[in-house]
Amino acid sequence: MSIVGTRVVRIEDHQLITRGGTYVEDLRVEALTGAVHAMFVRSPVAHARVTVDASAALDAPGVVAVYTAADLDLAPHKAGPVVEPWLADGVVRYVGEPVALVLTEERYQLADAAELVDVDYDPLDVVASIDAALTGETVLFPDQGTNVLQAGDGEFDDAAFAGCEVVLSHTILNQRVAPAPLEVRGAACAWGEDGRLTLWLSTQNAQISRATVAKGLGVEAADVRVVTPDVGGGFGAKIGTDPESVVLGWASKRSGRAIRWVETRSENLVSMTHGRAQQNTVTIGGRRDGTVLAFRLEVVQDAGAYPRTMFLPTLTELMATGVYHFPKVETSNRAVVTNTTPIAAYRGAGRPEATAAIERAMDLFAAEIGMDPAEVRRVNFIRPDEFPYSSPTGATYDTGEYAKALDQVLEAAGYADLRAEQARRREAGDPVALGLGLATYVEITGGDSGGESGKITVNPDGSVTAWTGSSPHGQGLDSTLAMLLSDQLGVPMDRITIRHGDTDEVPRAIGTFGSRSLQLGGSALRQAADQVIEQARALAADRLEASPDDLELSEGVFGVRGAPASGGVTWAQIAEQTDLTADVWFGDGSPTFPFGAHLAVVEVDTLTGKVVLKRIIACDDAGPVVNPLAFQGQRHGGLGQGAAQALLEVMNYDADGNPTTATLADYSFISAPELPDFELVDSETPTTRNLLGVKGIGEAATIGSTPAVHNAVVDALSHLGVRHLDMPTTPLRVWQALTEARKAN
Amino acid sequence: MKVSIEINGTTVSEEVEDRTLLVHFVREQAGLTATNIGCDTTSCGACTVLLDGESVKSCTVLAAQADGHAVTTLEGLHGDEGDLHPLQRAFREEHGLQCGFCTPGMIMASVSLLEGNPKPTRQEVRDGLEGNLCRCTGYHNIVNAVMNASGQEVQR
Repeated sequence: MSIVGTRVVRIEDHQLITRGGTYVEDLRVEALTGAVHAMFVRSPVAHARVTVDASAALDAPGVVAVYTAADLDLAPHKAGPVVEPWLADGVVRYVGEPVALVLTEERYQLADAAELVDVDYDPLDVVASIDAALTGETVLFPDQGTNVLQAGDGEFDDAAFAGCEVVLSHTILNQRVAPAPLEVRGAACAWGEDGRLTLWLSTQNAQISRATVAKGLGVEAADVRVVTPDVGGGFGAKIGTDPESVVLGWASKRSGRAIRWVETRSENLVSMTHGRAQQNTVTIGGRRDGTVLAFRLEVVQDAGAYPRTMFLPTLTELMATGVYHFPKVETSNRAVVTNTTPIAAYRGAGRPEATAAIERAMDLFAAEIGMDPAEVRRVNFIRPDEFPYSSPTGATYDTGEYAKALDQVLEAAGYADLRAEQARRREAGDPVALGLGLATYVEITGGDSGGESGKITVNPDGSVTAWTGSSPHGQGLDSTLAMLLSDQLGVPMDRITIRHGDTDEVPRAIGTFGSRSLQLGGSALRQAADQVIEQARALAADRLEASPDDLELSEGVFGVRGAPASGGVTWAQIAEQTDLTADVWFGDGSPTFPFGAHLAVVEVDTLTGKVVLKRIIACDDAGPVVNPLAFQGQRHGGLGQGAAQALLEVMNYDADGNPTTATLADYSFISAPELPDFELVDSETPTTRNLLGVKGIGEAATIGSTPAVHNAVVDALSHLGVRHLDMPTTPLRVWQALTEARKAN
Repeated sequence: MKVSIEINGTTVSEEVEDRTLLVHFVREQAGLTATNIGCDTTSCGACTVLLDGESVKSCTVLAAQADGHAVTTLEGLHGDEGDLHPLQRAFREEHGLQCGFCTPGMIMASVSLLEGNPKPTRQEVRDGLEGNLCRCTGYHNIVNAVMNASGQEVQR
């Protein structure tokens, strides 16, 4: 019987629950014996000219070295069209920017020595917001002459909205949030006698890190080995290889010492890349029967101080129309630089922003024409017979059942009863208002136009070792891949070892992000296993003196179909005779398009503004499910993190560019009492774009839940005259929106 | 100063700086790395251990304060490999962990929670774990794990 599709407890967990994982800070390998400790001195001001004097620090106890930009002999590296210094070189551009690197013999000497690095900050005018960047009064990179460092301006023509009975426009902020995985960034490195650098790094993709670090150091990729130990979460922010990794590799060479580095949480919150940070203006027009005729989306991305990742606003544009067919669509994108922490991927990376914009717009439109939000969505859905669907912004959706997903959720939630309860409360003047928020979404996964590697060897004892280019950090991919291989090869899971994250073992790979791992990494191993089976089949046929076509593989034994008495040949019997290995690269770059519908139910105390998330009912369709345990886990996590953005999370800066949410005492992670039990609705619509029929699930629930919860809070207040308020919907913001609405009325 | 702490039944005596935190003593001097550091404000709970049976955040306790006391970490919770603590078993069965970084602290806090309230409601579990943050699971399955370990029904 196939184990695929059954709930299998993870093979990863035993170590994690008994001795804990081996995260980078836990490494006790020989190469790191006697390693020095590293700390970056970071700018406490947002924009200033800097001069650094390290002399006092060099005399501090235990100090091995202090390095500044003046010491570095590395070629400059580009962030978009500008140069991002490895260590601040004359100017700092955000609070948290690395200014110097301190190495000490003991951990506790680091902070003492860092304090003694004398940095003179001569303040410059600060650009702390998108609005400030757009005025152009202060330009961060004078050579560029503008703060707008990317502009994809679409053709706008107001004639698109001619014939609409209703047209409305709104600017929706998708606030800056901190990915902040529970394990902060960390690395360890050592140069071997063979002249190679080994870098242990908490990353989502060892191979891309190797390429980036080698390029930064000006050495061949073959001279760098990156090893990924257990990784305590990434959420997209560990995709990129930050300048710190290169500086550490350089410092290890220069000092001749192995180095350990781990940042503090406060450092993490200001110096690991942030996510979202978009200002999106939507214009939506249509008829009073609910038909949307035209939609315009203008995306402005806050790129932070260095435009490291410019694909985010483009991806938002690509997914602008979501699950709807709109006759006329116009989009544009711009990215501006500000004196804030650089922005990069965070769980969903561009797609949550698109979904938040269109789903808020649909609710605004529904409110304007006085139609139930569910009904407005239904009128405009792309129908199942329209797939594959070419969107006006250039995406080609594979498969989808959008109306079905919505209907399943509404039924599971008891939507009609909830609306009746809402009406009853409103009539009774209940100060605790009920709000219902919908979001229907489609997202793009594995959309990076790259494939993934997979390699399989059947060992002489019949056990299997598989190497994947994916690089899991909590997703449970080892178990999922072992299940697939166990099913396909007929080898028990405990005889299958999945390896990843060491560039010497897996030299060619892309890694884990964009919900790509199962569909690309899984398909690669499926293909490699197919090849190994074909190799073995030919050999087994020889031994059994049968035609290969007559053989079947059952429970790890090749036998002649319909002739059990003729005996069989096991994997071990074949593998001890010959090398059974297949090494493949899967993927033509075709992405898949998971979709779903979420309904959030909130209670809002209209006297205090307090919001309580009561229920969240979610349908997330990512095709066939390999392991329901891991699949549900990914959805739970996404729901929690997405709801947190709607309710709580924001990375705030004051007008001088000082972050005001730079510790976990200020930055609100959502905690257990603030979330309800999740109600999951199942649906499986396969794709034809990979060997498994699967789509990605890592980000889906984050994408749907944020606008669902956001819409629910606005819905709770709608009878009091509130049409919109920006996220996070904190008590203060809700209370302010109510106060303004009461004044207006 | 010299500090002696009984960790998981074994006394560890080391000369340390006065300012040494218990979490660093456990990790560096005792070499037990399951206990993790996730923040610097006592907000996340990843470093939770039992100090004389009570759960504490070991990043906010000086090693000197634990001198002469007994500490239990995740590694001290189970006996032989096959002899897991009910919470360790339940976290695995209920998929109460993903990246695993919060897990040692989450399990230790749950031990303490069940000690004080052997049959908690789901809401009591949520309230009891408020000081332990998880970024991966959305908490649903962590609540299930504690319910499972307390012999109660779970909601899958």
